[in-house]
Amino acid sequence: MESIFDVIPLEHFVLLSLLLFCIGMAGVLLRRNMIVVFMSIELMLNAVNLLAVAFSSYRGDPGGQVFVFFVMVVAAAEVALGLGILVMIYRNVKSVDINALHQLKW
Amino acid sequence: MDQVIFYILSTIAIIGALSTVVSRNAMYSVLSLVLTFFALAGIYLQLNAEFVAIVHIIVYAGAIMVLFLFVVMMLNLNTVTVTIRKNPLIKYLAVLMGIVMAAVLGFASMNTALPIARGNTSAEVGTVKVLGKMLFNEYLLPFELISVLLIATMVGVIVLTKKEE
Repeated sequence: MESIFDVIPLEHFVLLSLLLFCIGMAGVLLRRNMIVVFMSIELMLNAVNLLAVAFSSYRGDPGGQVFVFFVMVVAAAEVALGLGILVMIYRNVKSVDINALHQLKW
Repeated sequence: MDQVIFYILSTIAIIGALSTVVSRNAMYSVLSLVLTFFALAGIYLQLNAEFVAIVHIIVYAGAIMVLFLFVVMMLNLNTVTVTIRKNPLIKYLAVLMGIVMAAVLGFASMNTALPIARGNTSAEVGTVKVLGKMLFNEYLLPFELISVLLIATMVGVIVLTKKEE
């Protein structure tokens, strides 16, 4: 059984995950819409998951994939709670703009 | 063949990610993110990680993105147009940060020999059988704790979004 790493070097998986992570980071910094900021955070989590799966399958060690499973559960919990908070914020200030919460800075 | 599929899937993933970040309509962002997740699931399949690929589709595309789509529709956000920061300095700095970080990390990873030996890369590693055995032996305690986390989240969300009488 031939492996994917015979034709694609591990570095390319690292590069892909790195690009996805940086796009997600730029999204968090760039956008004002809270929902899009959340989605950018999801993108960053996924980049890390991809890295973990790539290394796990390179090493032949299933531990990394179990860890990815846990990361997914935590991401699901985070999204549910975050969107709950977002709905509450929207009910109170009628906006999902990040700047609507600038009073948290003081 | 594997190479071609991998590079097509990576291109789709990166285009989806970019369009998530730059599209003005929140609805398009959600749909692009779903596209990215499906491309990533394809890459997981190429890495022989069937279990992770299936769970990724069920949890991310099935649950999380439906939640996002639901909130976007419920709050009627697809009519909001101005969603990118107004201050041009912050805008360009954000893009610059992303590019510089990508350049630095890319340069670093290209110039580093990864000091890990290649292990047994058979197709067995990512199967449900292997991962299930691992999950219920070595990782039993974290598995139970994560269910407590999910219950706590569920209770928290219900309490948080309940309307006060």
